[in-house]
Amino acid sequence: MKIVIKNITLFNPYQNLNKKADLLIIDGTITKIGSISAGESEGARVFEFDNKICTPGLFDMHVHLREPGREDEETVITGSNSAAAGGFTGIACMPNTTPAIDSAEVVNFIKQKAKLHLVDVFPVGAASCGRKGESLSPMAELFEAGVVGFSDDGSVIKSAKLLRFALEYAGMYNLPVIEHCEDESLAGGAMNEGFTSTFLGLPAMPSVAEDLIVMRDIILSEYTGSKIHIAHISTKNAVEMVRLAKQKGIKVTSEVTPHHFTLTEEALKSYDTNTKMNPPLRTKDDVEAILEGLKDGTIDIIASDHAPHSIEEKEMEFVDAPNGIVGLETELGLALSELLHKKVLSLEQIIEKMAINPRKILNLPVPQIREGELANLTFIDPDQIWTVDVKSFKSKSKNSPFDKRLLTGKALAVINKKQMYFEDKFFDI
Amino acid sequence: MPLFSRHLLGLQGVPREDIQLILDTAVTFREVLERPIKRVPTLQGKTIVNLFFENSTRTRISFELAQKRLSADIVNFSTSTSSTKKGETFKDTVKNIEAMKVDMIVVRHASSGVPQYLTRISNANIINAGDGAHEHPTQGLLDMYSIREKFGKIEGLKVCIVGDISHSRVALSNIFGLKTMGADVSVCGPATMIPRCIEKLGVKVVHSIDQAIEQNDVLNVLRIQLERQAGASFPSLREYHNYFGITSERLEKFNKNIVILHPGPINRGVELSSDVADGPFQIILDQVTNGVAVRMAVLYLLGTLNTRESR
Ligand SMILES: [Zn+2]
Repeated sequence: MKIVIKNITLFNPYQNLNKKADLLIIDGTITKIGSISAGESEGARVFEFDNKICTPGLFDMHVHLREPGREDEETVITGSNSAAAGGFTGIACMPNTTPAIDSAEVVNFIKQKAKLHLVDVFPVGAASCGRKGESLSPMAELFEAGVVGFSDDGSVIKSAKLLRFALEYAGMYNLPVIEHCEDESLAGGAMNEGFTSTFLGLPAMPSVAEDLIVMRDIILSEYTGSKIHIAHISTKNAVEMVRLAKQKGIKVTSEVTPHHFTLTEEALKSYDTNTKMNPPLRTKDDVEAILEGLKDGTIDIIASDHAPHSIEEKEMEFVDAPNGIVGLETELGLALSELLHKKVLSLEQIIEKMAINPRKILNLPVPQIREGELANLTFIDPDQIWTVDVKSFKSKSKNSPFDKRLLTGKALAVINKKQMYFEDKFFDI
Repeated sequence: MPLFSRHLLGLQGVPREDIQLILDTAVTFREVLERPIKRVPTLQGKTIVNLFFENSTRTRISFELAQKRLSADIVNFSTSTSSTKKGETFKDTVKNIEAMKVDMIVVRHASSGVPQYLTRISNANIINAGDGAHEHPTQGLLDMYSIREKFGKIEGLKVCIVGDISHSRVALSNIFGLKTMGADVSVCGPATMIPRCIEKLGVKVVHSIDQAIEQNDVLNVLRIQLERQAGASFPSLREYHNYFGITSERLEKFNKNIVILHPGPINRGVELSSDVADGPFQIILDQVTNGVAVRMAVLYLLGTLNTRESR
């Protein structure tokens, strides 16, 4: 099949590409970039994306797909649909499923489920068996099965000794250990500790619970020489420590979620359980430090920590409600609204953090916008104003604090694996 | 004059005039309680549900008595659900209750924010009878009533709340209410029991019980939850009593008239020594009686809101 996209800005900082052109894609392959004549367009489906932007397909490296185990909340397919709707062509899924992704069987199960979908799904392997923090998972076997990193996400890697082993093992394959940073002896509350938790009378966990593990992890990364990736960074201290570690040449990278750069703990004053996540929403000071970290590159990546939960589970007492929100379908809109339009980051920086850096960290090839390449693309309208409506989410779950929020910027379409997603539909191209 | 809100979720943000109105209304009901026939027909035909998800016999009985004295129809629902199934039970229970078209819900729950949640899903007037470590507004009101009864005023008094402030719902309601009424409020306890940034609420923090006795007109002494000992936020009950307990020797040292409140039930020999608990400075049983009057006032003011507004 033949498609033509007219008058689009091709934008890929990885190739130093920023130019307006037409795009001819035949059977999923970029066949011509330039001016496409009427003759060449014959028989093609033509898309008029005037003044819109075409970037390498976006990638979210922190997604919880819930399959196997909680298919009532999300499946590999519904999560991938949600990713496509949010503008992503690739995701990495976290191992806190039931069973955990701690064997080649589970890796293969997920890859099999995702095989025919437009979105590339890359499992992250558990660092310890069952994510229990007791013994090392079969990391070589998991690597061979195709995992792109190791993590006990949902939980911290429980001991420094186990983390050291995990780093050493992952280092053999140049894969990162992705850490959920939380000192469990200090954690356990329902929100960030401080004035707001005192005011609301909610049990709280201090931000230093994150800081301590970030510090431990940086030290062990330096010692082992292996890559550590700090997931969902949320505190000022953690940002500062990562910045210093990078200056020292330690192989540390970090990611932030849209909710941690958009919201503060003030949002909890409604006692809405969709404001409950882990790490919790922090203070204004923390958000400012995060914005600084995004600007100067301390924070390499924007990732959703997409965490679907059923309505029944979220709609309960605040203290007992599970942590986390769905994020794939609001992520780009929030990044463009809060970072691009508020002049925190340039479009180039946003595409680096949402398409290029995650793939680099996970040793995946970055898609090129070039003749002869298989098209792996996201089409973005950075100025489209739209209202979030959780009911229209492709995700099975609707737990988002951003329902009814006005956002500026949206993905129009994605192309990958010879398929296109546009106006709520998938089709082969 | 109608109240500021159709619910009583907490004392945070409740204007001074409303607190004043509740306390003044309670004076009338306090007199009713001294009559041979202690019942008035004020809430006849109103249905009130006492929704207690956490065991609290005292608070429930106090509310129940207040409701009976106002001639309301009462439904009691008490459950201490297992923590695993809590969520489902909670939501289903609330949906069920709501379907019965009740006029008021008095709710007690171990999780902060539950009364707020009820206002979103129910049309009834919601009265918070204690949520998590957040608020217990009728307790705050009855404490203020008792203080006012004793001193004839609240403004300018020095009141110290003593004990485990971090896990207390009484502390916050007292702080919000007393500050609004112009009292000078401080808290006293081991540092591990003082929640972070509490000074931002405009209260002073002291860690010496002697200093608290010396500098205040009123001590509102909180119950030490014995089960918290396992959590190790303080070394032992014995040590707590020795350093933060109130004893007659301590009180005699300063030879002053101090008023001691306690929300009950008392752990004798822990936060209060037995002789103090029965001694001349405490007004603990007055608090209990006043509690009924204050709750009558709150129920009356919320329950007759519409009729009074239309007048
Ligand atoms: Zn995590």
